[in-house]
Amino acid sequence: MSQRASYRQQFSPAPEIAAKFGDIHPPLGSQAATVEANRCLYCFDAPCTAACPTHIDVPRFIKKIASGNLAGSARTILDANILGASCSRACPVNVLCEGSCVMHRYNKQPIQIGRLQQFAMDSFHASGNPLPFEPGEETGRSVALIGAGPASLACAAELRRRGIRATIHDARPLPGGLNTYGIAEYKLTLADSLHEIDLLAQLGVEFRFETPVDAALLAQLESTHDAIFLGIGLGGIHQLGVAGEQLAGVTNALDLIAGYKSGLITTSPARVAVVGAGNTAIDAAIASVRLGAVEVHMIYRRGAEHMSAFSFEYEHAKQEGVNFFWHVQPTAIRGTGSVESLQLTRLAPTTDGSLILEPGSEFTLPIDLVVLAIGQGTHTTFLPNGSGSATIQLERGRIVIDRVSGQTSNPKYFAGGDCTNGGREVVDAVADGKRAGIGIAAWLEGNHVHA
Amino acid sequence: MSTPKPTLETTFAGIKCMNPFWLASAPPTNCGEQVMRAFDAGWGGAVWKTIGAPITNVSSRYSSIDWDGHRMMGLNNIELISDRPTEVNLREIAEVKRRYPKNIVIASLMVESKRETWHEIVQRAEDAGADGLELNFGCPHGMSERGMGSAVGQVPEYCEQITSWVKEKARTPVIVKLTPNISDIRMPARAAKRAGADALSAINTINSITGINLDNFQPNPNVDGKSSHGGYCGPAVKPIALNMVQQVQSDPAAALPLSGIGGIGTWRDAAEFILLGCGNVQVCTAVMHYGYRIIEDMQDGLLAWMAEKGFTTIDDFRGLSLPNVTDWKYLNLNYKIVARIHEDLCIGCQLCYTACWDGAHQCIHLDRTAPAPDTTRTPAMVEATSAQRISTTPIPKLDSGGAAHSSAITPLERIPRVDEEHCVGCNLCALVCPVENCITMEQINNGLPPQNWDERTSAGLVPEGAREVMNTNG
Repeated sequence: MSQRASYRQQFSPAPEIAAKFGDIHPPLGSQAATVEANRCLYCFDAPCTAACPTHIDVPRFIKKIASGNLAGSARTILDANILGASCSRACPVNVLCEGSCVMHRYNKQPIQIGRLQQFAMDSFHASGNPLPFEPGEETGRSVALIGAGPASLACAAELRRRGIRATIHDARPLPGGLNTYGIAEYKLTLADSLHEIDLLAQLGVEFRFETPVDAALLAQLESTHDAIFLGIGLGGIHQLGVAGEQLAGVTNALDLIAGYKSGLITTSPARVAVVGAGNTAIDAAIASVRLGAVEVHMIYRRGAEHMSAFSFEYEHAKQEGVNFFWHVQPTAIRGTGSVESLQLTRLAPTTDGSLILEPGSEFTLPIDLVVLAIGQGTHTTFLPNGSGSATIQLERGRIVIDRVSGQTSNPKYFAGGDCTNGGREVVDAVADGKRAGIGIAAWLEGNHVHA
Repeated sequence: MSTPKPTLETTFAGIKCMNPFWLASAPPTNCGEQVMRAFDAGWGGAVWKTIGAPITNVSSRYSSIDWDGHRMMGLNNIELISDRPTEVNLREIAEVKRRYPKNIVIASLMVESKRETWHEIVQRAEDAGADGLELNFGCPHGMSERGMGSAVGQVPEYCEQITSWVKEKARTPVIVKLTPNISDIRMPARAAKRAGADALSAINTINSITGINLDNFQPNPNVDGKSSHGGYCGPAVKPIALNMVQQVQSDPAAALPLSGIGGIGTWRDAAEFILLGCGNVQVCTAVMHYGYRIIEDMQDGLLAWMAEKGFTTIDDFRGLSLPNVTDWKYLNLNYKIVARIHEDLCIGCQLCYTACWDGAHQCIHLDRTAPAPDTTRTPAMVEATSAQRISTTPIPKLDSGGAAHSSAITPLERIPRVDEEHCVGCNLCALVCPVENCITMEQINNGLPPQNWDERTSAGLVPEGAREVMNTNG
């Protein structure tokens, strides 16, 4: 295990960001948590547990809060989901555990599972106790993991608990991937993400930061490790392909979010246009409001009913004062030196459902900053693409895996997270990583689970 | 045709009262100022906190147990009788009676076991204007170590002796308060009746230790690191009290006008005690928890229920349920009920399923979506299947065409099925079900005439033993 300062010590959040991005999840007090925990019916084979991609035994951890066994509650969560703290904050609980709570059919108020999980994990972190797990007895095996996001972190934890060495490589200076750099600060702070990963490091996970992996390094890693795990996420955000895209004042949502979270960005220009209507676009729009933008517009090609953001995220954006332009497409970005305006053209649906530009419908918005959030590309060019079993099969840019074991078409390669599922939630990446960690261990023991 | 408007007016052992709700002898009746405020709130009567031998109290005195986040399911106390001078108590009784002549004040008494001492206190209490006397033969802590309270109530001979001394002197009705800390409560009740008691009250508190502090290993309530067994009361003791009330009232040698005590906090509780033969009820813990104001709904609710049931007076329903409590051997062995799960109400928690498998008779199954009934699948097998299921966060863009689950409708696979053939009608599933009326117990017509154990054995039909045990693994 490398001797080093904790990530938290390496990083102190910008005070103006902390002030503007106050916690969206007010913590439950001890007594409130007990009352809420007692409200849980303790369902058998609970739907909340089934809905959780990591299958946290929700009634079990909740009843441990009720009994005052907070250490046991945290252990129950962490045993299923090593990133239980960040998931309690980042998860869209109303479409997962809380969305499946039987209370919807009883008194209409689901158990506040997310807040209870946050309470258990906050209590655990406040206790200063180490992770309640030990690394397994060393097997001499080792795995290289590419990307330090939630999928790799979860995979590494499973490997370490089974005595397999895990070395995570990431191009960035800090671990966590989107958990650290990509989740709205009012949901999960960068500092909290790093603190959680500090605990993970107690299992003996090793990190190689600022180490971009190219084909050559990958080949070297493949020759020196028993297996490779790809937790590489998605690539850069798509370009619009319109004039003026190179102007200063055109950025993308992920850079904006990473920038303010790491304190590099602390203010916003007055007029902001966010192009796209997914959850990341909403995070960027709300961030612009919080950073001081006077007008924030979201630009989307279709109507509200088609936006890919969760409906509660849409509601949140409206409450923050974000303005929405539906059925429009940016057709030019104008300015001399930097962005001054955005030209939009209305879109009309055709009978086959596709959209066409309406001639003569162009209009112009004065804009200082254009934020692109129109989906991410993939980043797979460095992967082995030889012939036969060395090939890693892709489908629509995603790495194809066996869902149970995480194994790719190249048996030595496993994968999980956004690069395999097209971009879902932190908890999905954790679940993928966990299954892959178990899958790798089984495969290394000669139990080749891949068909 | 309209029935007359119901009234709560009662006459208990000759004592006429505006309603059947009295405050029990306890902290809520410690002084005249409290009792007058209680009467203002609507309480019909108050049994004054026990007057008698001089005492000193400790601090602390109460402890309680909570249940599932609810406070004070059960309350325990090690407080003794009144720590105020007898003269002060009697002077205040006189003042209360002068200002509230229509409300009832009962003097609760406890003195050393001497005839003259009892005669003296009886005389003084009645001179002060008490409408009746309650003999505290129930207090289980402290006073009992000095030969008073439950030390009297636990020995029928003492109980009879002291009651008869009191009756020699008393001009007002004498109520004997019984302790539950005895194997058969009918024995002291019969003794009191033999001695001429006019009425009984039951139950006093139950010996208890409410809990141990897990940090310092000391019991509650903590008095300088130590505690003593105390008297347990509150909602938790109601079933015990109801049983003892029924025991006394079903025994001709013991039955007297009975003032019901033990966990009464609502009009529903009161109605149940009266249905088992109580003439009125006494309340303490609920008032200690919520204050005198609870009397408003106790009166209001009881009157509304009486009107709904067509009862005009308390006497109209007093004791109605007594004939329905009998010995086990008289229960109809041919009566058969089974559980029915109403799937339109089922929320899919499956508590009935796990309760039936682990706590009852393995007659509820999760096979609604299976091709055929499957009674061999154990809870562990159900959970193992779920653990293998891969779940993902539903993302509209990625899951187009995917069936969005509606949280408003319970999926069929989560609605359990009752195997009615093997269901023994134990009620457990209906008891654990959180949804009202979701599981009902329905009678099955098996065509058999009623037959009880007595009849069955006297007909020579001795059953062969245990029922067939389901072998779910074979």
